[in-house]
Amino acid sequence: MSDFTSNFWSVYITGISLVGIVACLVLLWFSGKAKAMTANDNTTGHVWDGDLREMNNPLPLWWVWLFIITVVFGLTYLVMYPGLGSYAGKFGWSQVGQYEAEVAKGNKEVEPLYAKFNGMKPEDVAGDAQAMAIGERLFMNNCSQCHGSDAHGSKGFPNLTDKDWLHGGAPDKIVETITKGRIGNMPPMAAAVGSSEDVRNVANYVLSLSGSPHDSVKASLGKSKFGACAACHGADGKGNQAIGAPNLTDDIWLHGWGENAIVAMINNGKMNQMPAQEHKLTESQIHVLASYVWSLSNKPGAVALN
Amino acid sequence: MENSKPVPRKVIRIAAVTDGGAQSLSTGSDAKMGSLYQAQKKIYPRSVSGLFSKWRWAMVFLTQLVFYGLPWLEWGQRQAVLFDLEARRFYILGLVLYPQDFIYLAGILVISALALFLFTAVAGRQWCGYACPQTVYTEIFLWLEKITEGDRSARLRLDASPMSTNKFMRKFSKQFLWIALALWTGFTFVGYFTPIKELGINFISLSLGPWETFWIFFYGFATYGNAGFMREQVCKYMCPYARFQSAMFDRDTLIVTYDEARGEPRGSRSKKADPKALNLGSCIDCTLCVQVCPTGIDIRKGLQYECISCAACIDACDSVMDKMNYPRGLIRYSTQNAIAQGWSRGQLLRRILRPRVLIYTAILLAVTGSLFASLALRLPFKVDVSRDRASLARIVGGGKIENVYRLQVMNATESAQNYRITATGLPGLTLASEGTISVNATESRSIPVTLQLPYDAAAPGSHEIHFEVESVNASGHVTEKSVFLVPR
Repeated sequence: MSDFTSNFWSVYITGISLVGIVACLVLLWFSGKAKAMTANDNTTGHVWDGDLREMNNPLPLWWVWLFIITVVFGLTYLVMYPGLGSYAGKFGWSQVGQYEAEVAKGNKEVEPLYAKFNGMKPEDVAGDAQAMAIGERLFMNNCSQCHGSDAHGSKGFPNLTDKDWLHGGAPDKIVETITKGRIGNMPPMAAAVGSSEDVRNVANYVLSLSGSPHDSVKASLGKSKFGACAACHGADGKGNQAIGAPNLTDDIWLHGWGENAIVAMINNGKMNQMPAQEHKLTESQIHVLASYVWSLSNKPGAVALN
Repeated sequence: MENSKPVPRKVIRIAAVTDGGAQSLSTGSDAKMGSLYQAQKKIYPRSVSGLFSKWRWAMVFLTQLVFYGLPWLEWGQRQAVLFDLEARRFYILGLVLYPQDFIYLAGILVISALALFLFTAVAGRQWCGYACPQTVYTEIFLWLEKITEGDRSARLRLDASPMSTNKFMRKFSKQFLWIALALWTGFTFVGYFTPIKELGINFISLSLGPWETFWIFFYGFATYGNAGFMREQVCKYMCPYARFQSAMFDRDTLIVTYDEARGEPRGSRSKKADPKALNLGSCIDCTLCVQVCPTGIDIRKGLQYECISCAACIDACDSVMDKMNYPRGLIRYSTQNAIAQGWSRGQLLRRILRPRVLIYTAILLAVTGSLFASLALRLPFKVDVSRDRASLARIVGGGKIENVYRLQVMNATESAQNYRITATGLPGLTLASEGTISVNATESRSIPVTLQLPYDAAAPGSHEIHFEVESVNASGHVTEKSVFLVPR
């Protein structure tokens, strides 16, 4: 109980628990000794409101054993489990420990299910109906919160069905992404690009790369300033999957479309993160899940696209 | 008030007995000091035969045939009645129920409670006397006790005698039969929750799982303890129904009654003697009614809370009346009004149709009717819609707004089914994901559904829409409400 700075509450709780149990035993002992006067008609002689008489219906003797069993159980429990303040108990039980034991047990129970997929290539796993049903449920439980139930993502959360990959779409890359997570970092580039006019020109140049509506004069002016961006996005703007730099030529806009969105991105930069799943999912689960994600963009018809 | 004279309050002291504390109390010679606890006096009920005993045995056979037999019935490829807690599917004959169907369990409980009210109002504790598992198993255990140890007097003698080979063998066979029946009962109980045939094989090969083992022995032990040893103690001290049923009694409720006017003054006499000449009532004070009572009361003292209305005393008394050539019915099912006013049987039965009974009957019929109607109209699939929470709406190519939903489709049939999904409520609303989906037998599936709306088709804000899901192969149509969000 490191949450408390003194052990007052620990002593307090321990005291109340033990005194309470001892008080129960004392009460039990006294009630066993005590005698009550009873008339032959089974009344105690107490009368209220003229005709309301108190009967004496004693508790059956075997009921006492239930009290004793309760006390013995209580004491045994307090020795074995944490209950007396900060005393941890002989079993060393904790909520976290039980949770971890249950997760380990659950994983062990489902491991045989995954065994047959472990040796298969991801492309083959993607063709297995049972594996894909498992993958779908894994996705629903672990991925859909950000990427959407239909895996189409939304602003800031990549669409997983469109063959456009920030860090690579090969099955082993997807496994790496799920296991270790990813951090995408676009630094603020306004200073490197130049004046605010230059930034607006570069934004129009970027729009022109994918043939999106843009101002062609500004775009041609911005081309020379694109050098600052080329270090990551490449001279042709096609990006670099090794460092997670997006392709700027494919008309896919993760953080918003249009001149203003791009200007804001150049000025402020962006840090985006996919959290690592290796502590939540087992290797076998990630294998099946990665195959499922791969299948979303590699098996036309598996999921209806737009 | 006839008793207007105030009764002086007697003070009874509760005190530890030290040196002759009892003598110093001044409550009169009929009072005595007693412990606050009462040792259980073992009751040796005498076996009885007669009309009501036959009824009870008929109920024993009926209830136990259902209890022990039902899990062995087959329905197609599966157990007819199986409550699969792990998969959360509950099979009752042709029905496949989901946890979402628990309203039916509530309905059955409401019906059971109302039926208890009705039967109790009309004829007292019929449930206790004829159908309650505590009564039924005690009856079976008493029968096993009788065939191994003999009837009441033989058992009394056996328990008083010192240990001998004969006594040991009789006790041993009784325990053996009791434990065997108790284990079979525990086994059957668990067989409702896990396929009983596999359970039987595992039981014989000693390869039961830890929980199966626990519940078989736990339920077996409860049967053995309650029916073998606790018996009337359960009814007297543990059962809540025993106490609240008396709240449903009125003066027209049938109860087991001793006809005091006819029976008293009681006393033994020769069969040939004329009771009138001896100034005696019909009761010959043979105490058979006390000996057969499973709760150990004397019904001649009037209605007592221990009486479970089993009518063993009626059967016993009727047989004695027959031997004495007196008319039957010194102890009989009658009502307080009928006894007090000397009503005939016809007058007594006419009082059954009183408002309380009619109201209970009407409510019971209404609830039972609605339960069966609801079961008959139940669709063999269910749909739940939840909107994706992370993304409210997104703008996609083609100038469209997209919302994503998750439809949980629960198939409550035992074959794979196809369902067609459509969405209505906004002009131009289209489904951008697969419109027909399949769900395996008795399975529940979460399906992502994408809806698209042209950019200017609706004002910014939240719009009510409806998902329509219909079964392709069978009939059935479910409409579920949701909303479509258009961003500003």
